[in-house]
Amino acid sequence: MIALVAQDTQTVALPGPPVVWSLLWPFLILAVGGVLLVTVTSVVPVLRGRSFPAAFTCLTALASGLSLIPVWQRVDRLDLVGGTIGSGTEGPRSLVSGAYAVDGFTVFVTGVICVSVFLTALLLDGYLRREGLDGPEWYVLMLMSASGGVLLASANDLIVSFLGLEILSIAAYVMAALHLRRAESQEAGFKYFVLGALASAFFLYGIALVYGATGSTTLQGIFAAGPNAAGLDPRTDSSLILAGMALLLVGFAFKVSAVPFHFWAPDVYQGAPSPVVAFMASGVKVAGFAGLARIFLYAFQPYWADWRPAIAALAVLSTIVGGLLALAQRNVKRMLAYSSINHAGFMLLAIHAAASPDDGGQRGAEALLFYLLAYTVMVTGTFGVATIVGGRGDGRHDLDDYRGLSRSNPLLAGVMAILLFSQAGVPFTSGFFAKFRVIGALASDGSYALGGAAMLAAVISAVLYLRIVVSMFLIDNGEAHEADHEAVDAVAGGRAAPEAEGDTLVEASPEASVLTSVRAPAPTALLAVCLAAAVTLVLGLLPDLGGGILSDAASALLLAG
Amino acid sequence: MIPVALLAAESAAPAPFALLPSLIAVPVLTAVFIALLPANRGDFAKAAALVGSTITGAISLFVLAVFEKGDPGFQLVSQHSWVSSLGLSWILGVDGISLFLVVLTGILFPIAIVTTEAHHEPKPYYLWLMLLMAGSMGAFLALDLLLFFLFFEVVLVPMYFLIGGWGHGERVKAAMKFFLYTMAASALMLVGIVSLAVLVGRETGVPTFDVRVLAENSDVLSHTAALLIFLSFATAFAVKVPLFPLHTWLPDAHTEAPTAGSVILAGVMLKLGTYGFIRFGLYLLPEIAHELAWIFLTLGVVGIVYGAAVATMQKDLKRLVAYSSIAHLGFIVLGVFAMNAQGLTGAVLQMVNHGVSTGALFILVGWVYERRHTREIALLGGLQGVAPIMAAVFTVVMLSSIGLPGLNGFVGEFLILLGAFSSARWWAVVGVSGVILAALYLLWAYQRVFHGPVSGDNEKMSDLKLSEMFGIAPLIALIIAMGVYPKPILDRIEPSVDALVAHIGQRVDGFSEQEPEPVAPAGVDELIATAEASGHGGEAEAQEAEEGAE
Repeated sequence: MIALVAQDTQTVALPGPPVVWSLLWPFLILAVGGVLLVTVTSVVPVLRGRSFPAAFTCLTALASGLSLIPVWQRVDRLDLVGGTIGSGTEGPRSLVSGAYAVDGFTVFVTGVICVSVFLTALLLDGYLRREGLDGPEWYVLMLMSASGGVLLASANDLIVSFLGLEILSIAAYVMAALHLRRAESQEAGFKYFVLGALASAFFLYGIALVYGATGSTTLQGIFAAGPNAAGLDPRTDSSLILAGMALLLVGFAFKVSAVPFHFWAPDVYQGAPSPVVAFMASGVKVAGFAGLARIFLYAFQPYWADWRPAIAALAVLSTIVGGLLALAQRNVKRMLAYSSINHAGFMLLAIHAAASPDDGGQRGAEALLFYLLAYTVMVTGTFGVATIVGGRGDGRHDLDDYRGLSRSNPLLAGVMAILLFSQAGVPFTSGFFAKFRVIGALASDGSYALGGAAMLAAVISAVLYLRIVVSMFLIDNGEAHEADHEAVDAVAGGRAAPEAEGDTLVEASPEASVLTSVRAPAPTALLAVCLAAAVTLVLGLLPDLGGGILSDAASALLLAG
Repeated sequence: MIPVALLAAESAAPAPFALLPSLIAVPVLTAVFIALLPANRGDFAKAAALVGSTITGAISLFVLAVFEKGDPGFQLVSQHSWVSSLGLSWILGVDGISLFLVVLTGILFPIAIVTTEAHHEPKPYYLWLMLLMAGSMGAFLALDLLLFFLFFEVVLVPMYFLIGGWGHGERVKAAMKFFLYTMAASALMLVGIVSLAVLVGRETGVPTFDVRVLAENSDVLSHTAALLIFLSFATAFAVKVPLFPLHTWLPDAHTEAPTAGSVILAGVMLKLGTYGFIRFGLYLLPEIAHELAWIFLTLGVVGIVYGAAVATMQKDLKRLVAYSSIAHLGFIVLGVFAMNAQGLTGAVLQMVNHGVSTGALFILVGWVYERRHTREIALLGGLQGVAPIMAAVFTVVMLSSIGLPGLNGFVGEFLILLGAFSSARWWAVVGVSGVILAALYLLWAYQRVFHGPVSGDNEKMSDLKLSEMFGIAPLIALIIAMGVYPKPILDRIEPSVDALVAHIGQRVDGFSEQEPEPVAPAGVDELIATAEASGHGGEAEAQEAEEGAE
């Protein structure tokens, strides 16, 4: 990290286009915030407690998010008057020697990553208290990872993309393994690291091949390396650029866990600490999609007809396989892992539509952005509830552990139901409009069959959400009235008993901690999941997002090319 | 009186008071209110739900009062832009086709609430019922295709919880089956809706989901596109109705649902399917509807015979009523795809009739179950002796369901058969058998349950309480009133149906010529004469039927 900051300062010293610092604030706040947090807590041990790092992280995310507003106003105005778009050789509003670009798309994605950091920090606070873990390193790593995500989303050069990807990922590997007393956590971190490193290798080799084919690593250099470019002509001799694109796609597919590169996801999601999973499934994935969209929709735009079928295949496989494999699971975190694979398929479909040369392109880019936001909020909230229900030791993730949640904590069950129904795409939730936008974009593009396949896959994945809802609301409703045996059995069998009458029994049993965590969840965690559910509902009623933000951000993504 | 006159005069313009939105808003607000009530006071929740649904019902009756009966178009339209970037608008309106379904929803909910009890956790129970009411109202009122879909889909959630949380037996399984079956069917409908809007929007330049605009411009679609879009709609509606091969969710859902759930499911939610066929099949894509009418006529007729035959075999009284719904809905589909004025008028009327009489049947079966804790026909018997009032009420409802002249069921079935006979003769001929089969299974069931010697536990069964009598009295009154004097209702349905038939005629080449040659003209003339004499069919329909016959 320090190297990165040093690199930044060095770059400033280089002759070149002036660095517009004010546009870099959102990224700098996250990165510097992380460095500051680790420094301050090392120097002042008093602040090493649990409250300060959490509050600091929330404030950092908030500050970074707020700093986006003036940035947005600047890039949005540039959008309107044309600004530097397409006029310079450096690309869209490029800064720092063409390595880093800020436009509406970047701003939007940065905002989404900040949302993810904010909600996850709230979850982490309660989690660390419950698990008796301390140390600001969780928050430091998350801020680092988030800044890497922003870098990946803003990169205007494949080398910077790789840099962003690594900062993003390495911090996440460590976070996955950070619950030092749990072997599962170690295992998850290791798996995540090995497969992530493999993906990085693919990615790096892809960059090399693309560089070989086009003679450039900057996005507009790759974009411009057409038939008219001097030297290499990737359009007549396409094997090198195709291989490069394929390797980059594989690298990204690992990151966003698209089938068939998804194998790590269920294992890692199951083993990693639940709040970390919330961040991995939201922030890390969002950054991955942003990088994928930026590189493929801009740099590889001339070859869209070549890579689009591959994206479509990944997308359809992800939606269907994600839905089907979830059916066999009983572990809620694993189920949600498959559900996030299903969502990844939908977002890939949005990218597929965004590559369309006609009006499906704009709608596809809008669909992608809306999906990223809606998905981030939903999935952070859902894993937030999983964090709370997981109880001390973070081990209660079986479907049976959700039994009777509607009685032991109706608020939590209600929030979870909203989030799950939203993921299933029920109307009046953000999930519906996310799916609707994707389907609309595909229809504009004329890809009706893809839309149909995706919707059918969405129905398959609805089964998994309904199974969780059944556990929470329906399973011991009637039985509890008929007999108390259920509750007694549940306690004897080591399950969480939701029965009020069973209280005395339960208090004496080892399950007491589970019940306290469910009955009286950490207030910050509860705040996070309630916020997530509220945003999900608001986005379901007002999916316009305050006028043209979505369409401006989307056209920035497409205008770049 | 004065405000009514004023509203009627201005009905072409948007309603001065947000009359139609309040039909959705009142139940939603009631649901929010119930959510804020203390959990241990179930009686508060029930009272709130009753008040909220009664207010909504009263508003729906007010809508009926201000509805201008000669006007075939959409009235009291409430139009606001909602999600402009997606072309989604908030457009509500009623015409003769949706008017009585709205009123039916407004009437059935308070009755379902007052005649049944939630046996545990009353607070969420009434909360879900209120959300269900709002969703059903919204679906019948929406004139924006996407808005319709939103309501059409969202009603699954409350119904899912009602069946799963308060049902009997295999309730969780039934709820899952209900939810997934319906969701799977409508998944493709969303793709169809979006494709329709995109393709039409490309021609008109304005992306919109406004049904009126889409219906006027849907002729720009290629035949294949229109066919696929129609099929995606039809699958969703066919499952909802349900049509014959797609009906398997219904017996489970109906049987396991709590009484109020069954009443609403049969009375209101099944109508979403048949209403959808009329509004979003016939109206939006008349060419394809006409082309594929034979498929739906056949499935409808198969449903009539199959539903009746299976109902005859049932050992469970509630399951019997559930299967009878399949047969009755088959009749409605027959009327819809007869695609002429009598058939469609009959279908709309029969939707209301079925809601009233099957709703009442489910309430009665629920009462029997509450008293005897069984619905097994073999275990019941001789109830007439111990519960004469219940037997009397059951008789009236049953005869209405059979279609006895003088009660409501007759008018609808007669018009449907009349319409089908002139445009789809052979289907009508087979369909008529349904009337006889209905008499068979219902009378036989009645005989086994109410006649014979009183045995065992049946002796202790109590008759209807005064409150129960009051609860079901409105339905009995409707059954008789609509049977004796259906003219006020038909007067309001007919102009809209005529306009729809004219719309189909305009769009389908040789629409009137395509009606089959009469085999026995004398028979048709007799039927038309009967229609004219009884005053059920108006002058225009008789004329049209005559033209068809010649």
